[in-house]
Amino acid sequence: METGNENISLIEKEIKSFKVDLIKKRKDIGALIPLLQSAQESYGYIPKKVIYYISELAKIPAAEIYGVVTFYAQFRLKPLGKYVVKICEGTACHVNGGKDIIKALQNEVGVPVGETTEDGLFTLQSVACLGCCSLAPVIMINEDTHGNLTPKKTQQIIRGIRKQAR
Amino acid sequence: MKEIMIGLGTCGISAGGLEVMKTVKEAVKERNLEVEVKETGCMGNCYAEVLLEYFDGKDRFLYSRVTSEKARKIVEEHVLKGNPLRDSLISVGDVADQIDFFKNQERIVLKNCGRIDPTSIDEYLACDGYAAIRKVLGEYTPAQVVDIVKESGLRGRGGAGFPTGLKWQLALQAPGNKKYVICNADEGDPGAFMDRSVLEGNPHAVIEGMIIAAYAIGADEGYIYVRAEYPKAIERLRTALHDCTRKGFLGEGIFDTDFTFNLKIKEGAGAFVCGEETALMASIEGKRGMPRIRPPFPAQKGLWGKPTNINNVETLANVPFILLNGARAFNRFGTEKSAGTKVFALAGKVKHSGLAEVPMGITIHDIVFKIGGGIKQDKKFKAVQMGGPSGGCIPARMADLKIDYDELKKTGAIMGSGGMIVLDEDTCMVDLAKYFLTFTQNESCGKCTFCRIGTKRMLEILERICDGQGKESDMDLLEDLANQIITTSLCGLGQSAPNPVLTTLKYFRNEYEDHIIHKKCTAHSCPSLVTYTIDPDKCTGCTLCARKCPTDAITGDKKKPHVLDPSLCIKCGNCYDACNFDAVIRT
Repeated sequence: METGNENISLIEKEIKSFKVDLIKKRKDIGALIPLLQSAQESYGYIPKKVIYYISELAKIPAAEIYGVVTFYAQFRLKPLGKYVVKICEGTACHVNGGKDIIKALQNEVGVPVGETTEDGLFTLQSVACLGCCSLAPVIMINEDTHGNLTPKKTQQIIRGIRKQAR
Repeated sequence: MKEIMIGLGTCGISAGGLEVMKTVKEAVKERNLEVEVKETGCMGNCYAEVLLEYFDGKDRFLYSRVTSEKARKIVEEHVLKGNPLRDSLISVGDVADQIDFFKNQERIVLKNCGRIDPTSIDEYLACDGYAAIRKVLGEYTPAQVVDIVKESGLRGRGGAGFPTGLKWQLALQAPGNKKYVICNADEGDPGAFMDRSVLEGNPHAVIEGMIIAAYAIGADEGYIYVRAEYPKAIERLRTALHDCTRKGFLGEGIFDTDFTFNLKIKEGAGAFVCGEETALMASIEGKRGMPRIRPPFPAQKGLWGKPTNINNVETLANVPFILLNGARAFNRFGTEKSAGTKVFALAGKVKHSGLAEVPMGITIHDIVFKIGGGIKQDKKFKAVQMGGPSGGCIPARMADLKIDYDELKKTGAIMGSGGMIVLDEDTCMVDLAKYFLTFTQNESCGKCTFCRIGTKRMLEILERICDGQGKESDMDLLEDLANQIITTSLCGLGQSAPNPVLTTLKYFRNEYEDHIIHKKCTAHSCPSLVTYTIDPDKCTGCTLCARKCPTDAITGDKKKPHVLDPSLCIKCGNCYDACNFDAVIRT
């Protein structure tokens, strides 16, 4: 990481609005996670400058905030693709052929799970369980859930999105 | 008043419920019909989503697998002309009498799920909602509430089965003016979705349970710690909290007494270990969710150092029923040491997957076959996996086992939060153990050495067994590592992580031996141990398999038997799936 002593007012100018009041007013360390969640909502990820900014405000070492960010699966330090494909790795999906769906997705999208395509269109993510086990195997693309998948159906969904995006 | 209710739990939405809702609303408006269109939570029979229920003022008609098209037809034909669509109607009247899935269930927690509109506090009030807390505040002292819960025999539904009344008593007795109650809704077990359904379908029952718990232990503040992966549950909880505050059920001097209780939602950020209570509290405090040593227990020193009581969603949802109807009404269900009912998330290779609430003491066989309708494609029932990554596999030959906390523990599995994954002959038990260990390995917070490194070593061993590189000594090594991890880990995650391996070693040792000694995966699931060949007598030379093969391992002329080159085969199985003549042999 770069220097943590950048002038806070300088950073403040660049900071989009997220719920800084949570910490500014209440000095409540319990607010750190909601604050990071709110920042991620604004930016789509947690930029480095946000970590320094919160660190200055809350007087929490940046390393500690970095520790929290990297501990939880929800937070990311890199921006996401336009379409986030969440692949369910729940038990029901696993025993119903989830592995083949992962393979098909990686082939079709062209990046391994956890990465974003170069054109910024897709990010592949694995999640522990989406909780709709009766539809296994399942993936979720942004807000939409797709269930009862086969490798073929998965391929068609991705191709459909690509075509639309063009 | 005529009503149309559409199931919009996550399962219903995933199956296309929102589209159905839109169509129904449009159709009703177009025709100017006097019908109220409402959303509801999940009824439990997720396999039949989207569910649409029409109440014509007299009878309830339940339609399954509804699409937009079908929904329009239901409005045009049934609502408008009074002609029910027989082909997609699954029940008329009470579902409990008509559908096998519901016949063997006893519903306390799920009673209102899929029956009422979860976004309406008035509908909850109309079914005796918030009657229990009124009774409690009017008639009982906190100690009396604790006694009733103790007498009911309610045990924690989150997994460990600690007696709830005793937990409350410890928190009540702990000195201090400031206390907290927490609802643990960090349902992280893959394959479990009971808590999500309860929060989505009947959020007020959980809130009422929390208010009662708060009164019983003397807390004035509470948190619901819910996974961020459950957006619908969070949305409905927010609505419910807002409505409660508006009605004076939360805040200062609630229900016109001097009792004060404030409740907040905390969104988890995706860490399985946060289901452990001390890790969960660390997470609420804004720290990395790592467990700490106990004692002190949360009841003595919990959130921000104050006495805290943590209960799971399903546990709390049982509380209003117990206080309203008495301990006896609850413990008339179940077994001597495990009173009441338990909600199971039934999934995997079972025909009817969904949520089933059954009295404790029911057999595994009854759940899988009477409620679940048996195995998909009538394949052979092999085992059930209970308790997720902390639990174990119980083989089919033990299906007559009566389900309660203590019986399950004897098998090496655990009740867990209630995930029940049904497995058939195509499931490789070594692969399944590997799957669960991959999960716990990923989710280990790293604090305890044996959990952090031991699970990694176990995973490596399982990987090489599945790859056909296993050694005979590996089985002993796995057992040795497992026992070390169990005895040296601080929290439930590490202490239970080896369970899936230990139970499969215990009940399916032959599969480990097949992999290690005979280099065979009898379920044909581990690619390295499967070989494909083409039977020249059956092959018609249709060329389909050759076209499907991604590595051109299959060659041959049209209408002549094809040949598979094993040195090029990557064992993807495409040819096996494609062949229409059973000519591709998998061994």
